Amino acid sequence: MNYMPKIDRRSFLVGTAAVGGGLSLGLEIPFGPDVVRAADGSPEVNAWVVIRPDDTVVIRIARSEMGQGSLTGLAQLVAEELECDWSKVTTEYPSPGQNVARKRIWGDYASTGSRSIRESQDYVRKGGAAAREMLIQAAANEWKVPASEVSAANSTLTHKPSGRTTTYGKVAEAAAKLEPPKEVKLKDPKDWKIIGKPLKRLDTADKLTGKQQYSMDVRLPGMLSAAIIESPVFGGKVKSVDAAKVAGMPGVKKVVQSGDAAVAVVADTWWQAKTALEALPIVWDEGPNAKVSSATIADMLKAGLDAETKFVGNQQGDAKAAITNAVKKVEAVYSYPFQNHAAMEPMNATAVYTSDKCEVWTSTQNGEAALAAAAEAAGLPVEKCDVHKILLGGGFGRRARSEYVSHAVRIAKEMPGTPIKLIKSREQDTSNGVYHPITQCRLTGAFDANNNLTGLHMRISGQSILAAIAPSRLAEGGRDPVTFQGLNAGGTEGVFGYEIPNLLIDHAMVNPPVPPWFWRGVNNNQNAIYLECFMDELAHAVGQDPLEFRRKLMSKHPKHLAVLNAVANGVNWGKPAPQGVYRGLAQQMGYGSYVAAAAEISVTDGNKVKIHRIVAATDCGHAVNPAQIERQIAGSFVYGLSALFYGECTVKDGRIEQTNFHDYNVMRIAEMPKVETIVMPSGGFWGGVGEPTIFVAAPAVLNAIFAATGKRIRSVPLKNHGISFA
Amino acid sequence: MAALNVNGTTHQVDVDPNTPLLWVLREQIGLTGTKYGCGIAQCGACTVHIDGVATRSCSVPVSTVVGKQITTIEGLAAGGTLHKVQKAWLDHDVPQCGYCQSGMIMAVAALLKDKPKPTDADIDANLTNICRCGTFQQIRAAIHAAAASA
Repeated sequence: MNYMPKIDRRSFLVGTAAVGGGLSLGLEIPFGPDVVRAADGSPEVNAWVVIRPDDTVVIRIARSEMGQGSLTGLAQLVAEELECDWSKVTTEYPSPGQNVARKRIWGDYASTGSRSIRESQDYVRKGGAAAREMLIQAAANEWKVPASEVSAANSTLTHKPSGRTTTYGKVAEAAAKLEPPKEVKLKDPKDWKIIGKPLKRLDTADKLTGKQQYSMDVRLPGMLSAAIIESPVFGGKVKSVDAAKVAGMPGVKKVVQSGDAAVAVVADTWWQAKTALEALPIVWDEGPNAKVSSATIADMLKAGLDAETKFVGNQQGDAKAAITNAVKKVEAVYSYPFQNHAAMEPMNATAVYTSDKCEVWTSTQNGEAALAAAAEAAGLPVEKCDVHKILLGGGFGRRARSEYVSHAVRIAKEMPGTPIKLIKSREQDTSNGVYHPITQCRLTGAFDANNNLTGLHMRISGQSILAAIAPSRLAEGGRDPVTFQGLNAGGTEGVFGYEIPNLLIDHAMVNPPVPPWFWRGVNNNQNAIYLECFMDELAHAVGQDPLEFRRKLMSKHPKHLAVLNAVANGVNWGKPAPQGVYRGLAQQMGYGSYVAAAAEISVTDGNKVKIHRIVAATDCGHAVNPAQIERQIAGSFVYGLSALFYGECTVKDGRIEQTNFHDYNVMRIAEMPKVETIVMPSGGFWGGVGEPTIFVAAPAVLNAIFAATGKRIRSVPLKNHGISFA
Repeated sequence: MAALNVNGTTHQVDVDPNTPLLWVLREQIGLTGTKYGCGIAQCGACTVHIDGVATRSCSVPVSTVVGKQITTIEGLAAGGTLHKVQKAWLDHDVPQCGYCQSGMIMAVAALLKDKPKPTDADIDANLTNICRCGTFQQIRAAIHAAAASA
């Protein structure tokens, strides 16, 4: 391979316009004298790779890190192809504004749907591979030898015939002036040395000393702080504000209305702003939802169980006829409540606005959406705005919503030139957030005379996220395909794992006036509870072992079956459990991965649950970093079981009743079960990791509770059934 | 004006005496390693040591800690050498998002001072900080490793 230094800028521009800005390789071709440089002046070999003269490799990460570990995993993907020394790797986020300026060279910034690695693995690996080829070529040019005689390994380039060596740092400047290869060949997975290794995270050290900056910690010269309250009733508006009442309070600078439904106080410190906000008289127009309650919402959902609907998610044969003709029929109604994300770092953003520029510092799961929100609130072209992404103190879907950016910019716009840090209090975050969608589900199973399952009807009644936030993304006729997560007939995302001759899964869309949002695992959470607990019910109804009952229906779904078998083996399913210990199982496919869990529990006094052990298996195709996958799996049981035992946001007078961790409780270390993980990548596909295990946590434990008590729990949370951790 | 001794340094701060220590540390003194999570002493992200005792600084009026020795996460590594809890956290790759870990580490450092070799039951009874990422399994292993280290 011989790459000519580029001389024709114009033809490149024309060429890249034709191929979509070079994203196919994740590359932007630099020009001889116009090497693109990082902030410290080091040359970009390409958009993904900057190499400093001291051999430090800076890998650009477009997706957001919120604890899930994809920053480290994405760096592994680039480093694998780059053949660099892992100990020299560091990372940085290119800003969303830079992405706009460079025609989206870094692609999608969204870190939702467990997609950070699986949806960018191809182009980031190609970015690493292209940079490696250019470094090789640069060394070959310097030595005046064919590139084919130069090899790259561990950040060192070697001319094989002569044994001469140089380092990446020494040739990076020259490499950056070369034309990138048109095509690169990615390594065969069997040759991976960095991908697949249980490497430690790259971002740990500063988290141990207080040095790590979160957006909550941003401090800018002259910065003021803002506290905000939104209409307590969803859909309400500000009627009047008596700003004079707080004007003289310590530190108070200004009272600002943000949009038509929020009021903020700006002060020298956030504590002063919050204190003044609590004293600020605000009259709300509560709007049409002031009478909505959990009971009225439950009635709406209940009506949906019997409503006519055209929204079908999965259909085989004629389920209704099979049910009519059944020798034995089993029916149950399940429900799942609103949940708050409760990320540890409350929502916040810092903004500076001037008439020709707006900058925001924030933790976001979607940098491009945050940038768009900033530009809209500022009333400036997007090119005049930027968002500086900062590590997230938890995301869980919540930080894919950018309303806190909008608020920060609107407030900053009222005080041009002054940096404004907006922090939503925990109380605002809990009671004025966005929520896991609420649904109910009626499941009806049909058996023939030989106890074969001949039909299943799952009627989901409940909220559509897309209808609330992105109606343009609804499918034909207004159907929300996201409702059917994990229940799909085909595809690569979340396939229903059973063969049932007559199957109908449909959805009556019922949208109560509480804003729904993506919440780690999203609709898989309740769909897995509904399906996997009901499969357990069906097995027991015909006196069959829940594992054997499932296995008979899974012959066409070997990957689903493999993870289920793995956890069953892990808990010695079929062999006697220790005295007083009972087991439950669940499996589901979501975000492209196959997951299963088995729980071993005991119950004392009929209502105190001790989870002795969880065995969890994941087939995510390629496992980029098994150590971090294990951590995601273990952590999933904290998130999933917190929701199962405690999680529920209730509605009264049109508002969420819970305000903080005292009434929206979550698990502590004492409640954490021992989690044994089985990472079993079967290769050939890329599945997500951050979310999938969440949704098998609850049904595995619920099925074990039934095994222990004979009591079938069909609604969440367990605290409403008087059940607690032992 | 109040004089606060934080990490061995005296800071003169001019704030309302009812201001929680957390916000004085973060907004007046500029020590942002101590985190705001809930403001009602539920989550423990704001844990600091006051005269060696783990305390949730969001619920402590600054006027009550004048004259006391306050240690924050920034002051835990004496002379730049990581505390054994920090070292164990590093070895076990504990943090995920990391936001709770300042408070978690401070709580565990205090626990190990009281109970140098805590049992699992001791950990369960004494460590009530919230971690939403769910790092508890790694935390437990790291506590035992820290306890076993010199």
